[in-house]
Amino acid sequence: MGAPPRLSMRDALRWLRRGHLGTEAEHATFRTLHSASLTAPELRQGLTSESAERSARHLRNLLGVPAVALTDTVATLAWDGRSGHHERDTAALADTVLESGNTVVRDRRDFACSDPGCDLRQVVVSPLVVEDRVVGTLQAFTSSASAGLVRAVAEVAHWVSGNLELAELDASRTRLMEAEVRALRAQISPHFIYNSLTAIASFVRTDPEQARELLLEFADFTRYSFSRHGEYTTLAEELRSIERYLVLEKARFGDRLQVTLRVAQEVLPVAVPFLCLQPLVENAVRHGLEHKQGVGTVTIIAADRGGECLITVEDDGVGEDPEKVRRALAGDASVDSVGLGNVDARLRTAFGDDYGLVVETAPGVGTKVVVRVPKFAPGVHP
Amino acid sequence: MTAAGYSVMGVTAVFVATLAVGAYGWRFSRTTSDFFVASRTVRPGLNASAIGGEYLSAASFLGVAGLVLAFGTEMLWYPVGWTAGYLVLLVLVAAPLRRSGAYTLPDFAESRLESRGVRRLSALLVVAIGWLYLMPQFQGAGLALASTTGTGSWLGGVLVATVVLVNVLFGGMRSITFVQAFQYWLKLTALLFPLLFMAAIWLGDGAVSPASVDVADVGGTGDSWVSPLAGGEHEVYTTYSIIMATFLGTMGLPHVVVRFYTNPDGAAARRTTLLVLALLGLFYLLPPVYGGLGRLYAPDLVASGRAESVVLELPSRMLAGTAGELLSALTTAGAFAAFLSTSSGLTVAVAGVISQDVMGRRFGGVRAFQAGAVVAVLVPLGLSLLTEGVGVAQAVGLAFAFAASTLCPLLVLGIWWRRLTDVGAIAGMLVGGGCAGGAVLATLLGVGPEGWGGALLAQPAAWTVPLSFLTMVGVSLATPRRVPRHAARTMVRLHTPESVQLDRGNAPR
Repeated sequence: MGAPPRLSMRDALRWLRRGHLGTEAEHATFRTLHSASLTAPELRQGLTSESAERSARHLRNLLGVPAVALTDTVATLAWDGRSGHHERDTAALADTVLESGNTVVRDRRDFACSDPGCDLRQVVVSPLVVEDRVVGTLQAFTSSASAGLVRAVAEVAHWVSGNLELAELDASRTRLMEAEVRALRAQISPHFIYNSLTAIASFVRTDPEQARELLLEFADFTRYSFSRHGEYTTLAEELRSIERYLVLEKARFGDRLQVTLRVAQEVLPVAVPFLCLQPLVENAVRHGLEHKQGVGTVTIIAADRGGECLITVEDDGVGEDPEKVRRALAGDASVDSVGLGNVDARLRTAFGDDYGLVVETAPGVGTKVVVRVPKFAPGVHP
Repeated sequence: MTAAGYSVMGVTAVFVATLAVGAYGWRFSRTTSDFFVASRTVRPGLNASAIGGEYLSAASFLGVAGLVLAFGTEMLWYPVGWTAGYLVLLVLVAAPLRRSGAYTLPDFAESRLESRGVRRLSALLVVAIGWLYLMPQFQGAGLALASTTGTGSWLGGVLVATVVLVNVLFGGMRSITFVQAFQYWLKLTALLFPLLFMAAIWLGDGAVSPASVDVADVGGTGDSWVSPLAGGEHEVYTTYSIIMATFLGTMGLPHVVVRFYTNPDGAAARRTTLLVLALLGLFYLLPPVYGGLGRLYAPDLVASGRAESVVLELPSRMLAGTAGELLSALTTAGAFAAFLSTSSGLTVAVAGVISQDVMGRRFGGVRAFQAGAVVAVLVPLGLSLLTEGVGVAQAVGLAFAFAASTLCPLLVLGIWWRRLTDVGAIAGMLVGGGCAGGAVLATLLGVGPEGWGGALLAQPAAWTVPLSFLTMVGVSLATPRRVPRHAARTMVRLHTPESVQLDRGNAPR
């Protein structure tokens, strides 16, 4: 691995520091690690022209060659270094390793050059492999490729592949989260749709006007829940959907279900994960009231706490075994609790680990779920 | 009962009412109903009143009248600028700031420039501006109490600080929209009602123009009082500097920005700002009238250096007997309402920033907020006791100049210029803040030189604001690689109306 081109000023500084910060070999190691640490976050974004553009320079420093190119399987993503006219050759060079998956060395027979001053006579092309599939190539141009350079390029390409696999892992984790939200939408349907329709049916003859109102509420509720929505929504939207849900549940439970909503107007624009409160309210109604004798009350409070919004969903129902709740929050799917773990995970992903669900409950004393949401979090927009 | 007695009663009533609302404030903060609460987002009219209630401070209530009385009509630039600041806010900032989703200015800095460093620096600046702005509130309170009841000038400030602190510590951490909106109308009434009586008396006395009399002692002839830029050194520069500070400083005030979050969308933010303009325009008609009438009926206040108490004393001077004393008590109570509402709003905003950005995440939640509130109140209270020589309006002017030199460039360039970089923003804020801060310190300590140097330090905005803008642009252009990765996406989100169907994307964390 050659040394990167240096400035004389930096040389002087390095001479001054020598002896304080280790030997030349250690310096080389530090430089390598530093370049690697600069490249890793870029590559964690996946292999795009943007991430390639940003990491190519560091990769060239790492390898100490005049020019470096990154390609995907069909086109050039980034070129860094001199003699930019060879950039057009990189796509064709990439083709040569896509089949074999091995690192190869190519020379002027494979990429013609009309510029007499150009000294890039050889190129080491190494494949980038993610999950046994070649997704692109790393190409190092040089005047003459030593065996050491070939080895180095292959190793760096291997390391880049590792980071790209991590990026793939990130992406699949996001996809999993999205799939869970979709599942949550689907999860609402069977119980609730059946119960609502039955309740509405009971009004059709006795109170047709009420039945019509309820059907419209039902239509609006399902439209919101099944809408192709972004990851976040406003608290106002979420509460509106909850109100519709409660109207429908009230039609079913009648006076047995009492609802109190106390909402500070100031927090209505707060951004929250889509469908993060609805499951909590559904839990309160289902677990708190369905098995309870007499009247049950669900209280939903959204309060303004300076930079945060404090939302509590409380019922005075039969309560729950804390251990069971703990298992639900940990993601145990066998616990019959609509999406508690899912909501918790999504809140933590959006706002950080400080903002998980807090559940206070015990058998016979009701359940209180507390959600804290910051008014602003980077990257969270309705 | 004496005049002082009525005033004490009025002030006590305001204090008790404030504490009661703080203690039982939750009744207002909650909208209790069975259903369809969520459609009731805060209406622009209510929000505008709340902004007005929090914004109209001691400087507006007492300072403007005093300045007009003492220095003449050119001082009208202060109320004009404090109102027009919202015009700039409306045109350049309101809707994009709301669409950014930011709650505080540091939030905006972080989301736009994707840098923790910019966030930290802007947080420090917000705290500094809050302190600079709180200081004259406490001073004004001291002045008001001293002039009506004859106590020491420190007592009023300490009282207001105590009430604010107790309220924020025990009442809760919010400044409730409804309560602040009520404050605006209280202040308007407290000025308007006595004015109706006094205007009647003035008309009965033959409607003499304030410009037609010459006030001895201070050498103010009627002509020089009424015509701007007559006499005085460097007046053109000073005037333009005041204009620049007040027009551009409003957007950097922490308690104003926080209110915009309550608007449901960018369009509502614009409507709110428009209404704020109307409400402030209405309010600022009144204090200059006090100044003008004061020139006719209480000219001795200028000579004795108590021009700022003209609002408090004028009613009892113009109306004999209990009626005048009651009206004076009303303006005094209104003044304390002004101190309390502005100080509460600022304290909440500053304490929020201190607890979140300065203390870090080690102390969480309520404790950090309460500690932040103590710091937010005690520092400016100490400052106000140390620097008694500076006028209320002038001190507020310095806060505006400081905000205009630091946070205004960050907001304006952040919203309208996509090539702004974090390094550029930091450099601009440091240069603008350093220069304006130095000038403010020199003025507060009274060490400014004579002549041009003194004028430049007393009203720094005219040179520090352009300097800050230039630094920010220059350094940003020199560091093109530091342009935030998602700048284009952020710009789309800031400038596209919410009704437009568009994939705004979620910036990765």
